[in-house]
Amino acid sequence: MIKFIFIRLLQAIPVLLIVMTITFVLIHAAPGGPFSAERAVPPEVIEALNAQYNLDDPVHVQFFIYLNNVLHGDFGPSFKYTGRSVTEVIAAGMPITFELGLYAMLIALILGISAGVIASLKPNTMQDYVPMSLAMTGICLPTFVMGPLMVLVFAIWLDWLPVSGWGYIPGDKILPSLTLGFAYAAYIARLSRGGMLEILSQDFIRTARAKGLSTAAIVFRHALRGGMQPVVSFMGPALAGLLSGSFVVETIFQIPGMGRYFVQAAFNRDYTLILGTTIFFATLIIIFNLLADIVTVWLNPRLRDSSNSSN
Amino acid sequence: MTARMTSRHIRTNISTRLFLVISGIIIIAVSTSCSLDWESNVESGNRDQILHYGNGEEPQEIDPHLTTGIPEFNIQLALFEGIVSKHPSNLGIEPGVAESWDISEDQLIYTFHFRDNARWSNGDPVTAHDFVYSWERALRPELGSLYSYMFIYIKNADEFVKGKIKDFSKVGIKALDERTLQVELNAATPFFLQLLDHHSYYPVHPPTIEKFGGMLKRGSQWSRPGNFVGNGSFVLKEWKLNRILIVEKSKTYWDADKVKLKEIYFYPVQNNSTEERMFRAGQLHITSTVPNEKIAEYRKTNPDSLNITPYLGTYFYRFNTKVKPLDDVRVRRALSMSINRKQIVEHITKGGQIPAYTFTPPNTNGFTSVAKFKYDIEAAQKLLVEAGYPDGKDFPNLEIIYNTDESHRMVAIAIQQMWKKALNINVTLANQDWQVYLENETQGNYQISRAGWIGDYLDPNNFLDMLLTDGGNNRTRWSNSEYDANIAAAALAVEKEERFKLFQRNEQILVDESPVMPIYTYTRVFLIKPSVIGWDQNILDQHPYKYVSLQAD
Repeated sequence: MIKFIFIRLLQAIPVLLIVMTITFVLIHAAPGGPFSAERAVPPEVIEALNAQYNLDDPVHVQFFIYLNNVLHGDFGPSFKYTGRSVTEVIAAGMPITFELGLYAMLIALILGISAGVIASLKPNTMQDYVPMSLAMTGICLPTFVMGPLMVLVFAIWLDWLPVSGWGYIPGDKILPSLTLGFAYAAYIARLSRGGMLEILSQDFIRTARAKGLSTAAIVFRHALRGGMQPVVSFMGPALAGLLSGSFVVETIFQIPGMGRYFVQAAFNRDYTLILGTTIFFATLIIIFNLLADIVTVWLNPRLRDSSNSSN
Repeated sequence: MTARMTSRHIRTNISTRLFLVISGIIIIAVSTSCSLDWESNVESGNRDQILHYGNGEEPQEIDPHLTTGIPEFNIQLALFEGIVSKHPSNLGIEPGVAESWDISEDQLIYTFHFRDNARWSNGDPVTAHDFVYSWERALRPELGSLYSYMFIYIKNADEFVKGKIKDFSKVGIKALDERTLQVELNAATPFFLQLLDHHSYYPVHPPTIEKFGGMLKRGSQWSRPGNFVGNGSFVLKEWKLNRILIVEKSKTYWDADKVKLKEIYFYPVQNNSTEERMFRAGQLHITSTVPNEKIAEYRKTNPDSLNITPYLGTYFYRFNTKVKPLDDVRVRRALSMSINRKQIVEHITKGGQIPAYTFTPPNTNGFTSVAKFKYDIEAAQKLLVEAGYPDGKDFPNLEIIYNTDESHRMVAIAIQQMWKKALNINVTLANQDWQVYLENETQGNYQISRAGWIGDYLDPNNFLDMLLTDGGNNRTRWSNSEYDANIAAAALAVEKEERFKLFQRNEQILVDESPVMPIYTYTRVFLIKPSVIGWDQNILDQHPYKYVSLQAD
């Protein structure tokens, strides 16, 4: 197991390097630059700015300067937010995006798994169709529709919750978490239904039923562990998606998280911020995928044995 | 039918009940975790004199020499004060740090006398030396101020920015003593006082700048809460990236008695629909904009909250005058004559914009062009025949570029159809990412491009000097020696009538040669709670906060 983790971590290094190189080349190839402005600026000023940020060096020299800085833990200053380092910008946004992602994930898991399990107990009956149709609606309804709709109902008509914000007014974290959570709850519902159906048709479940165990005991003690495997494998990419893809929800609810920088930096040609956020998210995705793999192995005795024997 | 069956089913099933219970718990948790009768920002703000302001974007920086944007300026207006300031409604020049000034007869030398109670927020007096230091900083090319061109009217300032002069003492800015500043200009510049209220002319506190890395350090920490020192009516209290920026009333400001607001909260709300919802829920007093599709609704149901005022800016199209067939003045005029500007503002932009038949917005500091662009389809068709394209025959396909934005797209579509209908010519549209669009426009790599220009100061020169031969903002590659000569002569003219005559002539040249096609004069459209007092309408949309207060219900 340790060897497995070690190899995966080792593989991450070239992956990150490639991600970084491609991003670097792409952003420098894109037209415009961090200092292009609508109003004409004297060329002398632009030259001075380029010199300050090493933008007058050839691109490969800039790349090695950047690589060297990154290896020393320095992601450079943001071009757009003068006076803020990329590390500072990421550090300010990350905890918020994490928190939002965590709540959304919890909501998604609770709603998704319960709906999936309930549906799987009586497949092809109303008990299956209702939660699954809801899940389908959830998948089809994008967050940019769901978010404003929820705001309209709960914040403006009912006046129960704040329209926007994150930690300014009590209760302002609820709507964004729900909006983001619902989209993923829908996927999880479908996956857990599928996983459960497969497990529930196996012999050991029939044995458990024959012993006269209650449905609850069968579900919670025997079926859930195996039935959740597809959900667990989905959680790695889902968590990464929740964190890097919260842009829409962050915008709708005016949340100062990371998602906005990830998108805005590209429009602003904020080279260092683009690179910083890309490397950061790439690292996260690698870590979450690894974690998901570890949990999958741990949940499935067959895989566990094979990974042990390969050791 | 299905719904009825569904509910019966749910009622009868135990596990479904489990599902309902869980969902129920979540809904209850949702509704109880917040108090249902929370006081809105607007209510508490009105009581405590705290203004909640939707400010568009996260400020890049608040250092007045490093920013170019309006959200940044809205904050700087609270934190700094120039040598002079402006009247909140008529924009007349009012005393600022200087309580009086003398202008030499030839209008080349301005001498400013500072008030003795002008103070920095740490209590230091604001001196003439501080201004000399600040303006040197703004002009040093190493700092990279994108607005250094605002200083070119001062003697040798342009040479200093371009590195031709290294010695700042040769630039026409001198402190005669602690409280007297003398500025020498290249030529009589009647709008010079107007410029002094621009953020690039704001002073910074030299000891603070020196403490955090010196005059030339970009991105120094001096502008952070705790470090910040300013001379405005407010002082920086809190700044959380992308979340909020709070300023509080300055105790040391010379006119503090007049300041009624205690604090201003600036929210960087980029999404205008979110902003509108925040306004509706009482989280904001003022928004930076209104979604186009909501304007009609507000007009109908809540006109008191909707603010539409003329704005010193022109929305126009540039023609690249070096590409065929746009190198032919008849073609350019025909294109310009065949668009119905009135229809565009009434049915597309809908925000009260004014159809523009002149390049300089009407009544810019008393100047309104006599020459007008016309809407005349018959004349346009005739011009096109003369140019060799009767009924659009053999007319090459043209392309309009615009930066990605729904309203730019809608305007372009309308113009495309108007040209097709009136002249039977085909135009394609290309939306481009902002940076790509800028690059193409500045490189002359386009045929027709969408453009906008918002005035920095209240004078026709701010619009007309854009189209000087090879001017950085010209970009049409159009050149006219008479036009250039008139701008140069206007800069030297002392009498207002003489200047305006030259500007009138230039507007006529623009109509005749049509290197640009004005479409509409901008308006500022935003939402404001009726409890905000003193937010006077003006063409620059500048609202000095010391005149603003909130009325409790």
